[in-house]
Amino acid sequence: MSEKKSREPGTHHATNAGQGVRRVVLVGNPNVGKSVLFNALTGAYVTVSNYPGTSVEVSRGNATIEGKACEVIDTPGMYALLPITEEERVAREILLNESPDVVIHVLDARNLERMLDMTLQLIDAGLPLILVVNIMDEAERMGLSVDIPLLQEKLGIPVIGAATAKKRGLQEIRQAIAGYDRGTHAVFGYSRRLEADIESVVSLFTADYPLSRKSLALLLLQRDDEVADLVRRREGERFAEIEAVVKSKTYERRESFHMDLSMERKRIVKALLSDVFRMPDKRKETPGERLSRLAVRPLTGVPLLLIVLYFGLYKFVGDFGAGTLVDFLEGRIFEAHFNPWITGVVKSILPWPIWQELFVGEYGIITLGIRYAVGIILPIVATFFLFFSLLEDSGYFPRLALLVDRMFKHVGLTGRAVIPIVLGFGCDTMATMVTRTLETVRERVIATLLLALAIPCSAQLGVILALLSKAPGALAVWSVCLILIFLFIGFLAARIMPGETPMFYMELPPMRRPQLSNILTKTYTRMQWYFMEILPLFVLASILLWFGKITDFFDKAVNGMSPVMAALGLPRETAVSFIFGFFRRDYGAAGLYDLQTKGLLNPRQLTVAAVTLTLFIPCVAQFLIMKKERGLKVALGIGLFVSFLAFSSGWLLNQFLLMTGIL
Amino acid sequence: MKLSDRAEEILEALWIAVEEKEQAYAERDAIQVPPGDSAYQELTDLAFIEVREGRVYLRPEGRDEGRKTIRRHRLAERLMMDVLNIRGESGEYKACQFEHLLNEGVDTKVCTMLNHPTTCPHGKAIPPGECCEEARRNGDLGVVPLTELKSGEEGEIAYLQTDDSKKMQKLMAMGVLPGNRIELMQTFPSYIFRVGFSEFAIDTAMAREIIVRRKDT
Repeated sequence: MSEKKSREPGTHHATNAGQGVRRVVLVGNPNVGKSVLFNALTGAYVTVSNYPGTSVEVSRGNATIEGKACEVIDTPGMYALLPITEEERVAREILLNESPDVVIHVLDARNLERMLDMTLQLIDAGLPLILVVNIMDEAERMGLSVDIPLLQEKLGIPVIGAATAKKRGLQEIRQAIAGYDRGTHAVFGYSRRLEADIESVVSLFTADYPLSRKSLALLLLQRDDEVADLVRRREGERFAEIEAVVKSKTYERRESFHMDLSMERKRIVKALLSDVFRMPDKRKETPGERLSRLAVRPLTGVPLLLIVLYFGLYKFVGDFGAGTLVDFLEGRIFEAHFNPWITGVVKSILPWPIWQELFVGEYGIITLGIRYAVGIILPIVATFFLFFSLLEDSGYFPRLALLVDRMFKHVGLTGRAVIPIVLGFGCDTMATMVTRTLETVRERVIATLLLALAIPCSAQLGVILALLSKAPGALAVWSVCLILIFLFIGFLAARIMPGETPMFYMELPPMRRPQLSNILTKTYTRMQWYFMEILPLFVLASILLWFGKITDFFDKAVNGMSPVMAALGLPRETAVSFIFGFFRRDYGAAGLYDLQTKGLLNPRQLTVAAVTLTLFIPCVAQFLIMKKERGLKVALGIGLFVSFLAFSSGWLLNQFLLMTGIL
Repeated sequence: MKLSDRAEEILEALWIAVEEKEQAYAERDAIQVPPGDSAYQELTDLAFIEVREGRVYLRPEGRDEGRKTIRRHRLAERLMMDVLNIRGESGEYKACQFEHLLNEGVDTKVCTMLNHPTTCPHGKAIPPGECCEEARRNGDLGVVPLTELKSGEEGEIAYLQTDDSKKMQKLMAMGVLPGNRIELMQTFPSYIFRVGFSEFAIDTAMAREIIVRRKDT
């Protein structure tokens, strides 16, 4: 069935020999270990997780592999050469446009039969391919065996068995990259009818392409618009003829072309694997699988979720992060030691009070900006990200996704949205970025809106939890308000936004014991990103507030907002928190913290302020990301809507509380 | 004994007139097969029909054959529309050609694959065959959407029933291909199934589109 064949003429491949840098592209299904391999090859760090579809952005890194300079590119997961989702499109763009010197297809040994389909497509495409059969360790534990040398012989390309997470096979992969020779590869024959169809298109091509003509013809027959555009550009006038042939062929086979093609490839894969892949008669259930069972059954899954939330979010992030750590850092280190000391230092260097104010005054860069960032936000965010990374690596999130899918459907989302929503409790800005993994624009807009509105970020959440826990009942009122608003607005959005809720499907990766080093690095990179993001804003906010104070603008703004505050039944000083809140949500919450410490708020006022502030306008960073991801119009619309809704909900809640006298 | 295609068409028309419209006979002019056709003679020789004064009568001897013929025709329609997704005129035309091939046990196979349908796409009754009776006696589920399986049950994927080619590609990329074994692990709140060594979660709408052949274990 397979014969060796040298690379077909006419296939365009610009090597990067000029610069002497080899371009190595990693491709494969989601969650097979591409990012781990990328990290191992480059030493750089990409977020690795046990969650399908985490590499949203393309990562690039430089490495010297066996003495050769290489640029390594990690792509988002793709299931096939024909893209369906945005991530797959991104991945294929790289294969089409970056003329790779080596393409490494990483797949999961346990699912060799399913994933080898894409290997065939990549071989068909004439790409310089190396196949890495990854996760061999887990496969072996399940009693599977893969005859790597035989598979290599059958495919005619280098094949390496590896367990990249355990550093197994890395050396062979490096050698294979360094010694890669664009020589021969196997050619797989399709049925006579399909081959004839392919040939009828191939024979019309005249231009050079980054993929083989056979592969292009197959993509055209699968009605791939982007490839059609590419061919149109390259072929010019000849395209009309190609289009006509493609149209007549796709029409002829309109009933089942995709299925026929898949079945043909399945047949080829079966033949390839006949002596290569062996599995035990009876599958063994691993402890991870037992845990997985518990996590996905509603009867055990819901209690498990509550336990996870209680210990992870409430105890660890709330009590330990926002309580113990904040008390220590903010109270002990900053208030007691660092602030008095730095105030003395600054005052001795800068004799002018105005400049002293800038650094160590009420809104000083150091006494306010840095103190908030390091003393209050940092410990909360660090504990949250640690908790999040742990869950992510254990493979819990896909299980959570399927558990909440039915409920999420009511608010116009699918279970898939669980990741951005949960991540939103860490940082709404980061979460807004992640909404691009959702399938439809509609879902992305709804998720963006809900994140901007009803999901408090960890810093804000931590501070609010700490604040409200002092007033019994306040926390309950606050939670009920937010949940109601989340459901109500989601429900409305799902009905108002045109379009249908897409179907939910998700691969469930096996549950694994997370690796400590991986979690720590991941938490660290997230923290780093977060800190680079917030610190400049905090400093900027301090400067603006200082500037506002010395020019009296700040007082005017506070005065201007006092009618609004009065309507909400809040003291006029609360306006400061709202002005802070515009810079960062957490900054605003931290402002409340100061007010409460001074004893300016009663429980009712505290609750109203907390609810309004939680709902209130997303911070500057989130707004900028919203604009980047969704466009200015949508971002502005959401911003205005959210601000309006925040104040009207605050007003309503105040009236309600006054009337019922609950608090 | 195999009837000619035209003879089968006469029987069909006659069956509809007599059994469904409860007429005593069919006007010969109302039957598409022209009067001089040898098929009339063929059926008369078998004593299936009787032609008198431009009227065609279905004789008791021909009832059984008529029933089978109409059954084949409607099964063919179902096959065209449900499985092959060929609709409208073209579906009707293909069904007419196809029905003639559905004899000698092929109809039983098609009927089983379609899970013993009781009506044709136009809502008319399909007379049950022996296979239908037997399936009813055994309580056999046969070929059903994934939603009909109980958790823990296994099956083989028979075909995918979806108009959305993107979704079909996604399902196929996930390893949901005809012929693969599928094990349903959970049905609520989402469907969880295993193909090969991977597990997947899907919602009800998607589970409805995966049609499986239930396996007895």
